[in-house]
Amino acid sequence: MKTQSNLERVLEAGQFAVTGELGPPQSADSEIVRRKAKILKGHVDAFNVTDGQTAVVRMASWAACLIGKGEGLDPIVQMTCRDRNRIALQMDVLGIAALGINNMLCLTGDHQKFGNHPMAKGVYDVDSIQLVKMVKDMRDERKFQCGEEMAVEPRLFIGAAANPFADPFEFRVARLAKKVAAGADFIQTQIIYNVDKFAEWMKMVRDRGLHEKVKILAGVAPIKSVGAAKYMKTRVPGMDVPDSVIERLQGVPKEQVSKEGIQLCIDIIDQVRQIEGVAGIHLMAIEWEEAVPEIVEAAGLLPRPRFVT
Amino acid sequence: MLISEQKPIEEILSYLEGDKNIFLIGCKGCAEGWGSGGEKQVEEMANTLQEKGKTVTGSVVVDMLCDAALSRLKLRAYKKEVAAADSILVLTDGAGVQTVAELVDKVVHPGCNTLSSGGAHAEWKEAERCLECGDCVLEFTGGLCPIARCSKHLLNGPCGGSQGGKCEVDPDIPCVWQQIVDRLAKLGQLDKLERLVTPKNWSVSLTSGPPVKRLS
Repeated sequence: MKTQSNLERVLEAGQFAVTGELGPPQSADSEIVRRKAKILKGHVDAFNVTDGQTAVVRMASWAACLIGKGEGLDPIVQMTCRDRNRIALQMDVLGIAALGINNMLCLTGDHQKFGNHPMAKGVYDVDSIQLVKMVKDMRDERKFQCGEEMAVEPRLFIGAAANPFADPFEFRVARLAKKVAAGADFIQTQIIYNVDKFAEWMKMVRDRGLHEKVKILAGVAPIKSVGAAKYMKTRVPGMDVPDSVIERLQGVPKEQVSKEGIQLCIDIIDQVRQIEGVAGIHLMAIEWEEAVPEIVEAAGLLPRPRFVT
Repeated sequence: MLISEQKPIEEILSYLEGDKNIFLIGCKGCAEGWGSGGEKQVEEMANTLQEKGKTVTGSVVVDMLCDAALSRLKLRAYKKEVAAADSILVLTDGAGVQTVAELVDKVVHPGCNTLSSGGAHAEWKEAERCLECGDCVLEFTGGLCPIARCSKHLLNGPCGGSQGGKCEVDPDIPCVWQQIVDRLAKLGQLDKLERLVTPKNWSVSLTSGPPVKRLS
């Protein structure tokens, strides 16, 4: 074990892992975070808090992580390069580890143009792969990016993202290989609706033996409405929503669409579980955390493993 | 006027490792003015490379290398010498390097760092090609600049928002990483992208460095 992370323990034990996303509020309301954490508790091994997703100002990921940790969950802090240079990133890494957070997902970040402050200056001093390497060197070499040494290292289980649906498709696995070489311990993928394409990508992953070097959690998400499906298909960068998904939702009466969206998510979980090299799922019920218990239970993923400490 | 200076010779030689035959290109515009890649510097570089055991298949100094039409004409006269070379070393600013990358299906090495535009932006009319970052990375990106042309300045490949060859930020912006991958695939050099590119030195850039440029 590299860290005290519950997620690492579940994965090391060879269990099929479940992580879930918690969207922090656009306010200082800690109750919202607590309420969402209580819904996720017992249904996930660890929870992610997004870091200004779509570049909209929200409660800091580390702060919401700490509130959720208070409810007895294992947090995964998300950290983007959009808003911080290498100095700020490393300071946050030290602070996060000092607060007892054990997992960190390293991201480049959604471009500031998509958010509610499109005039902001993007930072992008380093990219997500360089961030992974930086955290790994801090943890394993006790070294800052500049090469100077530190006394107490941050013990973080290091995550990175992968998008099997972006272009150039042939390069996507090479990019994953770079993240693994940089030091990623686990991967959370983009939301999967095109299972065939994901399976094709996983085959390329296995051909390079990457599934043996990194734990891959397949990203899944329920869809609430036909409108939401169409929005994701056309407006969200890097998403691949096949027409068959939209047709399936359109094929049921309006009041049953959200139920069908949940069933679709459960079906996709069943399919990705069959794919060799998939070590778990990352469930992103965006602003719909209430759906998580039902999905996890129906997918046969309960109870979650518990370890005596 | 783009202001540039030659990269250290050790760095240039590291780029040329494994390449025996080199074609040299300089520019009589800005690079001549700044002594980084005019007639004299191209000749000196040819001598240095030969001393280091390289074969210089030929060289040309174009009046304004960033003028793609003019450079295409000029390079036509050196077809044989270019074909005989393993790669091309370009002694001028980032705009000139990218002109050559656009015109020739060969590996292009940048021999200079671009320090400042000095107020103007050379002959590229349609887009910004060089942000004068002072630490040229064109060596690792197929001669196409991700600092000037990627919305997130990524150095290790395309972000998750690249789809259909377009940047996630605007469908009118081509994804330069798609172009880089396409170009390196064509040159059989995709393995270049497997290397981890380390964090960049921004202290020499126009926007992040000190207000006065270090000009020698």
